[in-house]
Amino acid sequence: MVSKSTQKEYVRILSPSRFDPWHGKAPLLSHLDIELTERCNNACIHCCINQPEHDAELAGREMSTAFIKDLLQQAADLGCISVRFTGGEPLLRRDFTELYLFARRLGMRVVLFTNARLITPELAQLLARIPPGKMVEVTVYGMQAESYDAVAARAGAFAGFWRGVELLREHKIRFIVKQSLLPANRSEQAEFEAWALTAADMKDSPGYSINFELRGRRDNPARNRVIESLRFSPEESVALLTSRPGYVEEMQQFCAKFMGPSGDLLFGCGAGKGACVDAYGRAQMCMGLRHPDLVWDLHRADEAEAADMSPLKFVLTEVFPKWREIRATNPDYLQRCARCFLKGLCEQCPARSWQEHGDLDTPVEYFCAIAHVQARDLGLLDEGEKAWEVEDWRERIANFSNRKSET
Amino acid sequence: MKQVELSLHTIYQPSEDVVAREIEGEIIIIPLAAGIGDMEDELYTLNETGKMIWDRLDGRNTLAEIAAALADEYDAPLDEIERDVLGLIEELARRKIVVAQTE
Ligand code: SF4
Ligand code: SF4
Repeated sequence: MVSKSTQKEYVRILSPSRFDPWHGKAPLLSHLDIELTERCNNACIHCCINQPEHDAELAGREMSTAFIKDLLQQAADLGCISVRFTGGEPLLRRDFTELYLFARRLGMRVVLFTNARLITPELAQLLARIPPGKMVEVTVYGMQAESYDAVAARAGAFAGFWRGVELLREHKIRFIVKQSLLPANRSEQAEFEAWALTAADMKDSPGYSINFELRGRRDNPARNRVIESLRFSPEESVALLTSRPGYVEEMQQFCAKFMGPSGDLLFGCGAGKGACVDAYGRAQMCMGLRHPDLVWDLHRADEAEAADMSPLKFVLTEVFPKWREIRATNPDYLQRCARCFLKGLCEQCPARSWQEHGDLDTPVEYFCAIAHVQARDLGLLDEGEKAWEVEDWRERIANFSNRKSET
Repeated sequence: MKQVELSLHTIYQPSEDVVAREIEGEIIIIPLAAGIGDMEDELYTLNETGKMIWDRLDGRNTLAEIAAALADEYDAPLDEIERDVLGLIEELARRKIVVAQTE
C-alpha cells in the first residue's frame, strides 16, 4: 500500500472559479445558451418570450432532439464545457431528460432555468443522482398563491412551483432563486429574501428582475404596454440598486474600468463572442437580439460545409465577427449614445433597441432615464445635465473612483 | 480522508460516473454522478505522469502491467513508476474516479 509520503500531486482540483483549462486563452466557445422552447406552462404578464404551452404549430417548429444533440456535440468539439437550458419553460420538452444526460455525458456542466412547476419526483431523483454540475435557477413570481398565480396568470401555478421546490430540497439538489418583482408581489420582497437565504443555496442576497424587456419577437404591442406598466420607475430601480450592500464600492470599481463613450461601434459588449440558440435552431449573438438580419439558421449547412466547419464553428468564426463590426447610423444615436460616457452603465444596447424600436441603434428612453438617475445618485451628473454633453467626464469618474480610499 | 487499499495486480478503469475530456492537451475529469470527487462542482486535472498512466487505464491491464509498460517505454526505474501508479490510483480511487474491476 502506498502512503501519502510520496508527496506528489497527481490529481489537481480545479474549482470552477479557478478553472482555466485554456491557460488564459479563450476557447472558441466556452458556454452555450440554448432556448429549448418559447412555450411555457405559465403565462406571466411581464414575460418577453412566452408562447402558449399547447401551441402545436410552434412545438412542431422547435429543434428536434437529434438536432440539439448534434449542436451539443458541435459545441463540445469547440471546447464548450457548460450549457444553459432555458426557455420558455425548458421542462416542457418531453426529451428534456435525454438532452440533459447527453450534455452531461459530453462532460458539460448544466445550468437549468426553470419555474420549477414541472419538476417531478423522477426528475428530482435524476438531478440528485447526476447533478447539473452548475446550477438550477428557479425564478419566483410570488410568495403566496394569490400573488404568484396573478403574475403567472395560471390558477394553481404557485402550488406547482412550491411542490417543485420542495422536491429539489428533499433531494438535496442545489438551486438558487431570483424574483421578478411586480406590483402584485412587491410587498413580499422581505419574505422572499428571508426564505431564499434558508431554502436555496444562496451565498448572497437574491437577484431581482425589475426592468422587464419588451417582447423579443415584437409580436404583441398590447402586451408591451402591459410590460411597460409593470416596470420599476427609474427612481425605484436605482433605489433597489443602492440598497444592496457594497453598492458604492462596487460602482467605484466598475466606473473606473468600464465607463466612457463607445463611438458608433454598436457591439462593445460580449455579444457574438459566444452563442445563443433559439428554440428553432437559429444562432443569436445574445439572448435578446432577435433582429432577423442578425440571426443565423444553424440548419443551413452549405456555407459551413464549403468551409469545412461545423455550422456552429462557422457562425462563430465567419458570421458573428462581421456582425460585430456593425456601426450606428441613426443620427439620434450618434448624437447621444455614441458620445455618452454612461455607456458602460446604461442598459441601452442593440438588443434593447430591437425590442423597443425594431432597429439596432435607437436610444431607449427608459434605460436612458435609469442611467441618468443612477449617475446623479453617484454624483457623476448634476440635475438637468445630459450625459452626452459632459466633457470633463474623465475627471468626474476619477474623482468618484478615488473617493474609495476615503470611505 | 479514507485511505484505499490497492494492489498492483488489480485492473482499474475510469468510473462510468465520470467523463474525461482532453482540453488543450490536459485531461479534465468531470464528475457526472453525485458522490464522485470531494465536492459537486469540482473538476480535476492530472499532472504529466498522471496523464500517461490515465491513458493506459483501459480495463485490460493490471497496474503492474501498466507500470512495466511505462518503465519500458520511458526507460525509467520500475519501482519509481510503480510508486507513481499507486500514488495516482490511490488519489483517484479515494474519489471514486476509478474503480477496480471485479472478476
Ligand atoms: S415562467 Fe418564465 S418563461 Fe414562463 S411565462 Fe413566466 S417569465 Fe415567461
Ligand atoms: S444614457 Fe442615454 S444617451 Fe447614454 S448610452 Fe444610455 S441611452 Fe444612450
